[in-house]
This record gives sequence, C-alpha cells and structure tokens, in this order.
Amino acid sequence: MNKKTYSIPIGPVHPSLEEPMTFNFEIYGERIEKVNLAPGDNHRGIEFMGRQRNPIQIIYLAERICGICSASHPFAFCQAVENAAGIEVPERGQYIRVIIAELERIHSHILWAGIAGHELGFDSVLYISWRAREEVLDLLEYLTGNRINYGVFMIGGVRRDITEEQIPRIRKTLEYYKDIYGKIEDIFLNDPTIALRTKNVGVLTKEDALRLCAVGPTTRASGIKKDVRQDQPYSAYADLEVKAITPDVFSGEVNGDVYDRIIVRLLEVVQSIQIIEQCLENMPSGEIVAEKKLVKLLNQLKKAKGEGIGRHEAPRGEVFHYVKLAEAEVPEIWKARAPTYNNLMSWVPMLLGEQIADIPIVIASTDPCIACMDRVTILNKANGQKDVLTKKDLHELSVQKTRRIAP
Amino acid sequence: MTTISLFEILVKILGAIVIAFLGVVIGLFYKGIDRKLAARMQARVGPPIRQPFMDFFKLMIKENIVPQNAVSWIFNGAPIMALVSSITILLYLPVGNIPPLLSGYGDIVLIIYLLTLPTIGMVVGGFASGSPYANVGAQREMVMMMSYELPLVTTVIAIGWKLSQVYPQFNVFSLAVINAHPIWGLVGPLGFIGAILLFITLAAVTPGELSKVPFDAPEAETELAGGILVEYSGRNLALFGLTDAVKTIVMTSLTVALFFPYNISHLLALSGAFALIADVLFFLVKIFLVMFVEVTFIRVAVARLKIDQVSFAYWIPVSIIGLLGLMLIVLDTIIV
Repeated sequence: MNKKTYSIPIGPVHPSLEEPMTFNFEIYGERIEKVNLAPGDNHRGIEFMGRQRNPIQIIYLAERICGICSASHPFAFCQAVENAAGIEVPERGQYIRVIIAELERIHSHILWAGIAGHELGFDSVLYISWRAREEVLDLLEYLTGNRINYGVFMIGGVRRDITEEQIPRIRKTLEYYKDIYGKIEDIFLNDPTIALRTKNVGVLTKEDALRLCAVGPTTRASGIKKDVRQDQPYSAYADLEVKAITPDVFSGEVNGDVYDRIIVRLLEVVQSIQIIEQCLENMPSGEIVAEKKLVKLLNQLKKAKGEGIGRHEAPRGEVFHYVKLAEAEVPEIWKARAPTYNNLMSWVPMLLGEQIADIPIVIASTDPCIACMDRVTILNKANGQKDVLTKKDLHELSVQKTRRIAP
Repeated sequence: MTTISLFEILVKILGAIVIAFLGVVIGLFYKGIDRKLAARMQARVGPPIRQPFMDFFKLMIKENIVPQNAVSWIFNGAPIMALVSSITILLYLPVGNIPPLLSGYGDIVLIIYLLTLPTIGMVVGGFASGSPYANVGAQREMVMMMSYELPLVTTVIAIGWKLSQVYPQFNVFSLAVINAHPIWGLVGPLGFIGAILLFITLAAVTPGELSKVPFDAPEAETELAGGILVEYSGRNLALFGLTDAVKTIVMTSLTVALFFPYNISHLLALSGAFALIADVLFFLVKIFLVMFVEVTFIRVAVARLKIDQVSFAYWIPVSIIGLLGLMLIVLDTIIV
C-alpha cells in the first residue's frame, strides 16, 4: 500500500519545547512514521570560553550551563579539577555539597512534574506543583543567597557553611514536602486522565535503554538500576547507601512508559528528603573547604598537571566533566557532557508509532535540557549551511587530529 | 408569510442587532469570569474580568496576516461565517420568559444544524491556512464534530419525543414549547433518571462543542501551537474569539432551555417590567452556573485527551449514557 505521509516540524521554537531544538516528523494520519532529530540550535561555546579562564572562574560558567542543574555541573567540574590536581575535600564540605545537590533534585523533579502537567493540557497541575516548588527555592535562597545558580561550589569544598541555626529551617521544608507528598502522588498517579495519557505511551524497552546508553530517571524507568550515587559513590554519598529507584518499587512492574518515569521522579523526591535528613544527622564538624585563600589555590592549580574526571548524578542523569590541567593559568581541555546528550537518541524508539498528541509529553518525559547538551554545531563556512557528520566523518576527523598532535 | 408588515420586519432587524450586541458583550464578560474563576482554582491571580474585551480591541488594531500559501478569501471568510452563524443561533434561543426573536421560523433541529456551522467555519479556515498544524487541527475538529453529534441529537430527540407524547397538539421541537414545559415535571421516576442521564450527556458534549479541555485536541496549545487558529491574527482571530464567547452563551442557553427553563418572577409575585428584568437576571445566573459546571470546572480538573480517546469517549460511553436516558424516558412513558 502506498501510504501518503506528510511532515510536521516541531521546533526550533514551539510551545511544547522549553528550549530550541528541531524535530522533523513524518506523519501518517496521526501516527508518527519517522523521527529526525536536529539539535544544534543552542550552542553557546561554553567549553571554548572556559579555556580562556582560570578554573575558579570556570565554576561561574559551569553553573550557567544549565539553569536547573546549577549545582550538578559545578559539582562535577569541581570533582574533575580536584581529581586532576589531587585536592582532598574536607568531609563537612562533602556533606554540604550533597545537601545542595539533593535540594536541587527536589526542585528539579517538581518543576518537571509541573511541565509534564502542562504538556498534557492539565494546567492546574502546573500551577499547583510550581507553588509547591517555591518552598525549596526559598530554602535554597536562605541557604545560599540565590534561588538558582547557588554559587556554593568551590574547588576543594564549598563557599558557604550550613550553620546550626539554619538546620531547623531545612527540617521545616523537608516536613512540608513530606506533608504534601501524598497529595502530589495522588494527583499524578491516581488521576484517570493522566493515566490515560501516560500509560503505555513513549515506551523505552530495557534493551533499547541499554543499547542507547540512556541515563538517569529515563533509564531507571525502563528497569535498569543505574545511578552514579549507587554505582560509584562519590563525595558524601559513599556514607549514605543510595539505591537506584525503579518503578516496580511502587507498581510492581516495569513498563518503561511515561507513567513509570513519573513514578521514578516522584519516588526520587522522597529519596532526596531521606538523604538530606541523613546528611543533617551525620554531618561532621570541621573545615568546609580545603584551601580558603583563593590566590594560593590558584597558584596550586597553576602548577598542577594531569587529567581528572568528575561525575555526578544530576536530576536528569549522569553529568560528566573532564578537565586537563597542564601547568598553565587555564585548563588545556574542559569537556562537559550533560545527561540529555545520552538520552537524545532514546526519543526515537519512544516516539515511533505514537500519535502527534504524544509528542510533547514524550519529549518532556526525558526532562531534556537542550542548552546543557548542545556542545557541537557544524557549520560549513563556504555555504553557511549546517552539516551532519556521520560516524565515518567523525572517525576521519579524529585520525587527522591525532596525526596533527603526534606526527 | 405574506402578513408580515414592514414594522414587524423592522422590529426583527432591530431586535437582531440588539441581541447580537448583547450576546457578544455578555459572552465576553462571561469569558472573563470563566478565566478569573479558573485562575483562582489554579492558585493564580488571573486576568481582570475585562481582559477578553481588552484582547478583542487590541486584536482589532493589530495587523491581519494572511499566510502566503493560504487561500485568502476562504481564510478571511471563515471567521465571519463562524461568528454570523453562532449569532444567528442566539436569535432562536429563549431568554427567561421572552420567546425567541425568530420563534416560528425555525426550531431546535435548525439550531443543531446551525451549531455545526461555526465548527465548519473553523475547519474550513484551518484547511485554508496552508499550515500543517492547522491542517491536523482541522482534521481533529472534524473527527470530533462527527463524534459528538450523536449524543447531542439523542438528547434533543428524547426531550422532543416526550413532549410529543404529552402535548401532541404542539410543535414539540419549537424551543418556545420546550421552554414552557420543563421535562422534569412531565416524567415519572424512571424518566427522571433518564432526564438526568440526558443532562449528563449534554454536559459532556458542551466542552467538546466549545473546544475546551479535555476536548481541546483541535487547538492543543502544546501539541499544535493553537491548531486551527495557528495562522490567524488580528481581526480574524478577534472574530474567532467572539465566536467562542457567543458559542459559550449558545451552548449554556441551550442547556438551560432544555433542562432548566424555570422562571423566578411568579415566585416573587412580580409583574410587568420587573418580572421581565427578574427573569432575565435569573436566566443570566442560570447560564453562569451551567457554564461554571460544564466549562470552567471541567477544564481545570482534567488533562487533555488524545483525539482517538475523544472519539471513543463520545461514541461509546457518552452515546450509551444518552441512549440509556432516551430508553428510560420511553419506558417511563410506555409503562404509565
């Protein structure tokens, strides 16, 4: 049969996308026959800017890679630099890092829940969840001075301590979320219209998730127990025994659909509350940063030579930073890989065969952060057009570069 | 027909202008209230009640853009057709004790036909815009229209049939007759349940007819960026805004006429002009309550359905409820 399809572009600017990214769909009736992703609309050259600044200045940039993961990127970056320069973070600093990172996870997941409601046309959910999110933002402002872009991370520790009199305020917020959690769960997991729109929609099978190297809640919802905090514990997570959450904890089965991704994110909010409580109980006293004097620290970094990696389980999945220091003012290489980059290709199996109406919620279900992810844009200077490089082209380019570096 | 005097024609024309004006103004005002109430239920402040008026006046002074690959005469004609046909329905609807302006020139069957016209106007406009989003939206709107017609007609037929059994001498599909004889008083206990089911059916059809959540798939902001209306701007969009406002009044008035045609004046022992004013005010309160239940409340409480789910919902559950209501009313009549 000769099927007549038509194409619909979603993006680069579209109401269902928070950030610019282009999707080209081939549609037959209402069904999606073909998906083509075209990222690269939001490249900001952050890594290039980083290579002209010293590591302490890069923290400021790393925080601004993403507005929501503004603790995750500096977390991973600081770890990478510490790894390269051999700096040990004091224990109290590690605990404060984890508390900030987990508070960020709470606010990010609740933000996502609101967006999911909006994508489903359920605007009441958007407003109610975002009102609930205000509490944790207020707490972050109280602790760090900012609602986002906290400015807390520093190479070798953190910049602000959590004092004894601040702890009751933190507990108050945690109690608030414990109180309203039942309501949030009821709205998302028991509402019949939300279930109609999310169950068996955007399914990512376990095999596909493994094959495409998906990370974060996207992969956990497909039943893979993958979580950096569990697999390679770092910072204070080593003391805390975090377990990766899969949807079978709640529903007893794993479908890998959008509904499962909602379950995983909601349960992770509870998990974050528990982690913060444990941190508050076990927080040791002592220094919060390895080297207080920034000039001295900079000198130390200037003399350092070596490579380092930093990994952190951001709300969206594993964020990875690589830094190479070469006895210079600025790092020779800084590479940031955001979780959305890994989850990008998992959209294809999720979207194929679904309806147009499912596009917004399926795209949103991986909680994409396009600005974090866009690291490369290929522009053909001769004709000003964007090109796509295949695996073969990339291989050729890397061979050429290797020959250039080591002839 | 030959007996109509010039004066009568003049009165009808003047009346039509007044009703059209009032319909639009009240429609926009109610839209403002609807938005404000929805906002309060969603924990936000919401726009001021005069916002729809401000939107309208602003859109009227904005540029009216016609896309390059649109069929411009259809594209520009569709909003006018939609607005005119929805205002025409107003002329057939009774307000309180006042019989419809065009009473005797058309009945509820005509109204059902006219109700499809604004929708068809939007569909035609959508197809004429030459945008894939509008195209998908127009397809969905057509599918939805085909889905909710059956339950809508079932409701009307059931009430008309019951009236024809009780008052064989009347023209039972005339809204003036339906308005004068509330269904609840004519039926026994079984029929009462049937009438409730019919009301539920009509309440489910109303959001679909008005393209409101959960049945707003044709406009779906996050999926189709406005769907049918995506290419419309300026004056044309303002006209579609008015159509929406007037249609809200039409659908709620229809519900009131079919199910709640009661008046308040005789209870208060009023007469003359006071009775008229009291009844009209009471009518406005009634359509406000109906709008609150059928539009505002439903749209803040649920998520948007996909088009296949919408079709299924109308064809199977809603139709079954409607037919069940019809059957109960028939049974009620036969048994008694």
